[in-house]
Formats: sequence, structure tokens, C-alpha cells
Amino acid sequence: MTLNPHKWVATHADYLYAYAITRVNDEEQAKDLVQETFLAALEKTANFEGKSSERTWLTAILKNKIIDVYRKKSSGLKNIEIKAEEEQSDFFEADGHWVAEHGPKEFGIEDKDHLINKEFDSILKKCMEKLPALWMAVFTMKHIDEEPTDTICAELKVTSSNFWVIIHRAKLNLRACLQKNWI
Amino acid sequence: MSYLKKIIYNCKQATFLIDKKATSRLSLRETIELRIHLYGCSFCRIYKKQSRMINEMVQELFRSSMKREAKLDENFKNELQERIEAELNK
Repeated sequence: MTLNPHKWVATHADYLYAYAITRVNDEEQAKDLVQETFLAALEKTANFEGKSSERTWLTAILKNKIIDVYRKKSSGLKNIEIKAEEEQSDFFEADGHWVAEHGPKEFGIEDKDHLINKEFDSILKKCMEKLPALWMAVFTMKHIDEEPTDTICAELKVTSSNFWVIIHRAKLNLRACLQKNWI
Repeated sequence: MSYLKKIIYNCKQATFLIDKKATSRLSLRETIELRIHLYGCSFCRIYKKQSRMINEMVQELFRSSMKREAKLDENFKNELQERIEAELNK
């Protein structure tokens, strides 16, 4: 495998842009990230060992840039922990029981082929946009990129106990948002 | 509250374990506690089903939006390639 920077934009720009925008949810920022990725890659061409494809190599550079964005966006973990604690009391009573209005109700599509429901998809999208950046980062790295928990914790600088809290928070909030907007 | 009652009442803990179980292994104690809780709690049984469904749907959403949307405009691309060429010629 060799690098061919003369063809980079034509071959990889759209792919990298799509990768970035699904993760940062901001067109301008995604464009900037693509540009930064190519420029950073040019500086690092000597490090390219040819073990992976050009696209995989470029995507890895982009991924690191996205992680930097997540880190900057998350206004410190303390903040998140406090918020999480507050929201926790929104969903559950002191004894651990569901607060009556938040008790899960059937969406009515659990057993159907839910992947083709357009209306539900657009609600899901909106609900995902409401999640804090760091939660979304943890969630996508775990469920989309299927990275090991240790790697995610190291990259995003969260402890493993915080990792589980974040995954769980993200899920509780997504689910509550779906219930509120779907039923 | 007795130990058993605490497990039966604690939906907060049960939902946490459901989400943890989706990506990692629970301890034996956690597995048993979750099973006891789910046996008696219809809310958390729904939560479990929906939690998995949400994972699948989010994955599908990412996959389809990677395929579909998001194309850069040609002007931006041309400028970008020019910039790369300029860097290469430095």
C-alpha cells in the first residue's frame, strides 16, 4: 500500500466527511475536520507503514481529531456527574422504583421490523441530538465503532465506572425521549 | 428493607445492570440479582427489550446515514485538493 495525496480528496473526502458529520453533527465543523485530517496526514506520510489501507489510515487520524472535539466540548466530567445525579432522581424514586410517569411503556414496535420505520427514525435522530457530546461519544465508540471499553476510557479520559454511568445515562435519556415523543 | 426486597424494588440498579450487560460480563451476584428483579418487574422487562432495540436502531441509523447523506460540495473539494497540492510542492 502506498499513499497518493493527489487523489485524496476525490477518493476519500466524502467518506471522511460522512464519518465526521455523523459524529459531530455540525457541517462546518465536519468540513474543518476533513481539511485538518488531510493536512495532518501530509505531515505524517513518513509514518505510514502500508499495513493498513490509505482510507483506514486517514480515518484513524480523523478519529483522533474527533476525540479532541469531544474532549473540548465536554465541559469537565464533574459537571456531567452532577447532571447525571439530578437526572437520575428524575427517573427514579428514592427507593429505586421508577417514577410513575417515566415507567417504560411499550412502543408497539418492539417485535416488528423496527428498522424500516421512518417516522420513528427521525424521532430517534432528534433525541440523539439532545444528548451531551461526551455521552454521544462514548455511546458511538462503544456501539458503532465497537471499541473495547478500556480503549474508550483511555481515549476520552473517563474512569471505567464513569463509563458505565455514561452509557446508562445515555440510554435512559434516549429511551425517555422516545417514549415522550412517540407514544 | 430485606436484601431480597431491595433487589425487587431497585429498578435504578436493574436498568443499570441491563445496560452494562449489553456490552460486558456481569458478576454472578449481579446476574442473579438482575434475574430476580426482572422476574417480578414488567417495567424493567420492557426497558430491557427497548434498550436492545435502541442499540440496533442507532447502529442502523449510523450505517444508513454513512451511505446516504453528506456529500461535500465540489468547490470545497477543489479548494481542498489545491491546498494539498500546494503543501506537496512546498
